[in-house]
Amino acid sequence: MSERKPIKGMSKARTEKLIADTLAEMPEKAAKKRAQHLGANEPTASTCAVKSNKKVVPGIMSQRGCAYAGAKGVVWGPIRDVVHVSHGPIGCGMYSWGTRRNLMQGKPGVTSFPMDFTSDFQERDIVYGGDKKLEKLLREANELFPLCKGLSVLSECPVGLIGDDINSVAKRMEEEFGKLVIPCNCEGFRGVSQSLGHHISNDSIRDFVIGKRKYDEEPGPYDVALIGDYNIGGDVWAAKPILEEIGLNVKSVWTGDGEIEKIAATNSVKLNLIHCYRSMNYMCKVMEEKWNIPWLEYNFFGPTKIEASLRAIAERFDDKIRKNVEKVIRKHRKEMDTVIAQYKPRLEGKTAMLFVGGLRPRHTIGAYEDLGIQITGAGYEFAHQDDYDRTSPELAKDTIIYDDVSEFELEKFVEEFKPDLIGSGIKEKYVFQKAGIPFRQMHSWDYSGPYHGYEGFKIFARDIDMAINSPTWDLVKSPF
Amino acid sequence: MAEKKMRQIAIYGKGGIGKSTTTQNTVAGLAALGKKVMIIGCDPKADSTRLILHAKAQETVMDKVRELGTVEDLELEDVLKWGYGDVKCVESGGPEPGVGCAGRGVITAINFLEEEGAYTDDLDFVFYDVLGDVVCGGFAMPIRENKAQEIYIVVSGEMMAMYAANNISKGIVKYAANGSVRLAGLICNSRNTDREADLIEALAKRLGTQMIHFVPRDNQVQRAELRRMTVIEYSPEHKQADEYRQLAQKIADNKMFVIPTPLEMDELEDLLMEFGIMEAEDESIVGVAESA
Repeated sequence: MSERKPIKGMSKARTEKLIADTLAEMPEKAAKKRAQHLGANEPTASTCAVKSNKKVVPGIMSQRGCAYAGAKGVVWGPIRDVVHVSHGPIGCGMYSWGTRRNLMQGKPGVTSFPMDFTSDFQERDIVYGGDKKLEKLLREANELFPLCKGLSVLSECPVGLIGDDINSVAKRMEEEFGKLVIPCNCEGFRGVSQSLGHHISNDSIRDFVIGKRKYDEEPGPYDVALIGDYNIGGDVWAAKPILEEIGLNVKSVWTGDGEIEKIAATNSVKLNLIHCYRSMNYMCKVMEEKWNIPWLEYNFFGPTKIEASLRAIAERFDDKIRKNVEKVIRKHRKEMDTVIAQYKPRLEGKTAMLFVGGLRPRHTIGAYEDLGIQITGAGYEFAHQDDYDRTSPELAKDTIIYDDVSEFELEKFVEEFKPDLIGSGIKEKYVFQKAGIPFRQMHSWDYSGPYHGYEGFKIFARDIDMAINSPTWDLVKSPF
Repeated sequence: MAEKKMRQIAIYGKGGIGKSTTTQNTVAGLAALGKKVMIIGCDPKADSTRLILHAKAQETVMDKVRELGTVEDLELEDVLKWGYGDVKCVESGGPEPGVGCAGRGVITAINFLEEEGAYTDDLDFVFYDVLGDVVCGGFAMPIRENKAQEIYIVVSGEMMAMYAANNISKGIVKYAANGSVRLAGLICNSRNTDREADLIEALAKRLGTQMIHFVPRDNQVQRAELRRMTVIEYSPEHKQADEYRQLAQKIADNKMFVIPTPLEMDELEDLLMEFGIMEAEDESIVGVAESA
């Protein structure tokens, strides 16, 4: 892939001065630590110099979540036919309930279970242990919702402190119910961010799910699984039809609108297609090592990346798929050109800064660029080195990269680079909107979506135009 | 407001050393002196009040919490009982070994007693009888700020009991730095080991405290226990009853509250060797198997 053209006005000196000026306002110790997490992009470097996946510096107001958030909110929560039990005090279950817009089909209570199940710990459960309560709860949940295909037990912090043996309870209940009961030791205090919760959840899929079921149909040459798409705003429903259109047989989706027994049988597919590398690369590697299933990262944001991804996928199959891919690309090209023709003239030359979870900043860059928008800064809440290494080449030289950025730092960077749009989370949203800067909440697609696939790009383009070119901004007069 | 100062006392010591027996007999002695006393058992075994209440096992705060569902539903009269000499008795309770969090049980119980006003102004003494092996923060609850200011360590002339006493002293130093908790003395609960009184006197001196009393070994204690009674109640004329009355009087009169000076392991071993409890180590045999 060719290097990005430099962005006008961006230089290494300017970016480094901005970082130095920002750090200068921090206590010495904090500045020293934070300095490692900020840098000017060097797209040709073999590895990104920005440090990541380290403990938050106290006092800087991080936007990170916890291991439980990673397990419940990201990996487990979207599986629609499973009762997900938040084991511990009520707050964690309550505040993670339905907040991530991972849409699901089904009839609630019958074929989908988007409810809040929690053991609602009291003092007595801490002192005497919650095992018995958990067992009772699982039985009651299974009686009330007999059509659920499984139950997950997601540990909150106190469970790890008092040593409740959720694994043995889950094992007993699995035998009793004859359906999957999965323990997940995702206590919030573990690790430095929600990222460890993804890893722990992958491990519990490895230990308690994968290989435990089989598909009814015989395996076919075009069987694939769609990994790491959580169906935010319906993304899966925009992505899966494309794969089907090119002739692939999507046997399971991990985990957006997912079904546990299909996930459990995934070890028979021919190729794993992974969207969110950060949260699910672990299981792709497990399936590769154990069942020799190769995996491929793909990106369905914006027509350029969709086309490149489809062609890369086709390379893993035969002429039939290759032909189909070209056909599908041709079919959608016209519509995509129409979208670009409509929006690009209104967005060309604009800039944006991004700060989201562990994947989206690098994956959405192509979609912004399809609309003529350049990215001047990007960073992640909980990404690791391999994510930054994948990010660096996608950004122009000397743009700013920030890991686990604090509110203070991001405000400083925005003040300097004056982007036309910020794509980040709910905690940043109102800070910047009140400053009169167009903003999109890119964790939940700001109550919109899907943004994946051809269908998603139309909505993405409309939303970005709506944010940046809204006449509202001209009507607001700053009193300052 | 001239109110009587309530003295809060925690009893620590190695498991099985006789903390509960000594505490209850001493409390009976204080009651006999006309003092108002409350005992709070801080041990899931809940055997800190049986001699005062003549009961097998008192219903504990945590048992009741488990039965009712929440602490908020619990009433003080559900768990506070009166026994010999009008001694108020409470047991914190907790889980059987291996599950849950017994330390949290102690915290929950003490918080409950404070909120519900169990610490009434008429009390002269509150005794915390704490599980021998302090393994987590919960069991240190009684010596945190605003709880027990005086600690007595029950000890004997046995090596492990003295190790434990020294370790507990280290814990006291930690809390003494931020609060008013002080070591008030060692109570020697005799096991009839050689030169026991001298040894504990010497240990007390090294720790900067006193051996407040030497309680001789007497089977009358066991005879009373079989009847779930203290010696003072069972046989007030017996000479052992007199020992506990003396200990009670000494505690009532005690003014020696110190931040202890715990010994280094080497110093403690030197002391044990000096009294012939321990032999000098022969380093040449360490780690060598019999057949080698």
